[in-house]
Amino acid sequence: MNGTMHAITAERLTKIYGAGNAQVVAMENVSFNLDAGEVVALLGPSGAGKSTLLTIVGLINTPTSGKLTIGSDLVADGPTPKVDLRAFRRQFIGYVLQKANLIPFLTAIENVQLALEINDVPRKPAKTRALELLEYLGVKHRIDNLPHMLSGGEQQRVAVARALANKPYLVLADEPTAALDSVRGRQVMELFRSVAHENGTTVLLATHDHRALDVFDRILKMEDGVLTSDNRTGEAHHTEST
Amino acid sequence: MNLAVRDIRHNLSRFLLTAVGIGMLLMIVMGMGGIYRGLIDEATLLVEKIGSDLWVVQHATRGPFAEISRIPRNLEDRLRAVPGVRSARGFVTYSLQREYQGKPLRIQVQGLSWPEDKGEWLPIISGRHLGASHFEMVADKILGLQLGDVLTFGKNKYTVVGITSGMSSMAGDGLAFFSLLDSLDIQYDYSGEAIRLERKARRSRLFRQDIGNIQPGLLERAELPSASLPAIARPAVSAVLVELEPGASIASVVATLSGWTDISVFTRDQQEELLLRGVVDRARRQLGLFRAILLAISAIIMALIVYTMTLEKLHDIAMLKLVGARNSVILGLILQQALVLGILGYIIAFYAGKWVFPRFPRRVVINQDDLLMLALIVVVISVLSSALGIWKAMRVDPNEVVS
Repeated sequence: MNGTMHAITAERLTKIYGAGNAQVVAMENVSFNLDAGEVVALLGPSGAGKSTLLTIVGLINTPTSGKLTIGSDLVADGPTPKVDLRAFRRQFIGYVLQKANLIPFLTAIENVQLALEINDVPRKPAKTRALELLEYLGVKHRIDNLPHMLSGGEQQRVAVARALANKPYLVLADEPTAALDSVRGRQVMELFRSVAHENGTTVLLATHDHRALDVFDRILKMEDGVLTSDNRTGEAHHTEST
Repeated sequence: MNLAVRDIRHNLSRFLLTAVGIGMLLMIVMGMGGIYRGLIDEATLLVEKIGSDLWVVQHATRGPFAEISRIPRNLEDRLRAVPGVRSARGFVTYSLQREYQGKPLRIQVQGLSWPEDKGEWLPIISGRHLGASHFEMVADKILGLQLGDVLTFGKNKYTVVGITSGMSSMAGDGLAFFSLLDSLDIQYDYSGEAIRLERKARRSRLFRQDIGNIQPGLLERAELPSASLPAIARPAVSAVLVELEPGASIASVVATLSGWTDISVFTRDQQEELLLRGVVDRARRQLGLFRAILLAISAIIMALIVYTMTLEKLHDIAMLKLVGARNSVILGLILQQALVLGILGYIIAFYAGKWVFPRFPRRVVINQDDLLMLALIVVVISVLSSALGIWKAMRVDPNEVVS
């Protein structure tokens, strides 16, 4: 995974659910490249296929057809995974979802530590790293609190810390600011940007929130399962999706 | 990081309450096993404690516990003459029920052949064994009697001189030990009126026969007490207990006695076998089956509890899968909780049982082997009961957390 190649290469990704008359095309021939350190917004109305794309790029689902390459690894070619998806997710991908989805019986620091420990990081360094991240994200004072004791914004920051814990290659975020007010929402977006630029992590973030689009390096738009536009900051160009 | 422990800690009171429930269930399983063992113990207790080598009983009976046996007491003398026999003593057993201090008192009377057997072998916890040939008794604590208590049976009063522990009959009644003659007196006690009527009837029967007319002296003797009548048998004992000379062959003594057509003879093992295979067999099997059913119910309940606990965590499990947790992490979470639940339940069952079982009206015997076996079964049940939850957890799709 070096600088000359794209961080993510999606080639004609298609996802079809069901079969025969009940067949639903959720996403069709979506192709794009993302570079390391890029912060990319994925826009589109509900049902546009944003979540389907995120689950395929996030290795939670496999495409019906098309290829997905992360770094130098071809991870999916049609419905057959080419790597151990769970192991790949553990090592290279971080997730932040609409709800923080913290494990309710673990404290803030334990939630972050867990992501490290399941990636075989020993307990002590895992704790140190978790502490650093929570400090960086401004929730160090809440490390021993259980999720239900934290505000929505604090929970989301812990979720971001968990996503970043293993220094992932790619962070996928699905409406991470939906449950936050505009100020906190913007803070989270800016957080992603600074993390991506500092660590070279690629961030792909699906959102409805158009208020903080200036934070992103690039904006992808989807509609009816098709990628309709791909705009880089300051230079708008249109990419045909078929 | 141990997720199972952290989840338990998070829901500690609910988890403890569940463990108490499982513990109570396991205590019942443990108790059923204890009652089962107690039944066997009670059935064979006397045979083992008395320790005689042979039990000689009425011909063609399986007495004296499985059925009534009556043999003349003088059989002791015949048995003492058999080569290899060191001692022979009469033994009486029967149950009686009296009112004592306004409450029913059920006693299994045991007549000991004084002076050969004073009850030195009894597990006496206070007082002493029989010290006189008459009017003393040793009672088990289950009867609720105290040292010095005086009870009236028939026309005589008997003083409690010793208290034993753990001596109860197959029916769960406490044993009380008297001298053999006292036990016969109690058993064959008749009222004055009954005796007078019997004497009249005896005279009347004799009068109607030629011998009564030819020998008028007999008519007078017919009205004497039964014991004074040589033609009338003395009260019978239930069995004669035989002890052999050291080194004597049981088989050869049994072979000799088998030729006697008025008795049946059983070795100690055979007597125990008669009790276990006959007297308590159905109760034993019933308890065994009931115990097995209880175990199955415990397994089902545990499986449902673990399954429900897993269902509550499905979202978290989906999240764990999303962030790449291995199956072993998820499996460990469920399995460890099931094991902790089972082991904690077992410990609660053990201590609760330790407090409760001695208060049961009948003997509950919990032995080490049964405890170990139950512990093993609990571990197996815990593992099996977690299987359903693990199966469900393995099918969780990380997509669920995204959608």
